[in-house]
Amino acid sequence: MPVKVRIPTPLQRLTGGKEEVEAKTGTVIEIVNDLDKQYPGIAERISENNKIRRFVNMYVNEEDIRFLQAEATVVKDGDELSIVPAIAGGISQ
Amino acid sequence: METIGIPRSVINEIIDHAKAGYPDEVCGIVAGKEFSSAHLYNMTNTENSRVSYFMDPGEQFQVMKDIRERKEKMLAIYHSHPDSVAFPSAKDVRLAYYPDSLYIIVSLAGDIPVLKAFSINEGEIVEISVKPL
Ligand SMILES: [Zn+2]
Repeated sequence: MPVKVRIPTPLQRLTGGKEEVEAKTGTVIEIVNDLDKQYPGIAERISENNKIRRFVNMYVNEEDIRFLQAEATVVKDGDELSIVPAIAGGISQ
Repeated sequence: METIGIPRSVINEIIDHAKAGYPDEVCGIVAGKEFSSAHLYNMTNTENSRVSYFMDPGEQFQVMKDIRERKEKMLAIYHSHPDSVAFPSAKDVRLAYYPDSLYIIVSLAGDIPVLKAFSINEGEIVEISVKPL
């Protein structure tokens, strides 16, 4: 059973409108880079120099990867990886 | 200008949340099948700041899941401007990742609260007129 990756609305134009895609097991960053082969441009929106961007939250099942092993968190068969852009703003830069 | 109708109760709840959180910025989500039957999620601003907000990621994850399960939509994202006008800042625009949701801003800078709605898409800001229902 592959990993199920949940794509947020703003990135669905890169996945041809698909809300869910499949990926092979691996670490979070391996999966992100692997997705980029199928959906070019997606890795750059999520990560920078193999680090997940500050304004992108990622979850393995229900757990925020910041509380796991971040980019190195292993996503196993049947797990669900969710990509959730943060909701943030402010007057300072 | 395009117009949306939002229940007066929802508008008042957003303004009350902004006042309760003053002088910090507050944030939340407006969800529903459509604006006329929308309801609110008050969210936590993890930055506790009067100049910025970062919605609590764990709460956001749970609420977005709740919205999916209820087969509703994230109609709008709201936040307050304690000391500035009801218009998206440069940072608000740069971090507006949800073009399908409206961005509601309530300003407490004047004598009376001012609430405005915008669509923000690829850096383009379009004001949407809000009609209380
Ligand atoms: Zn703002």
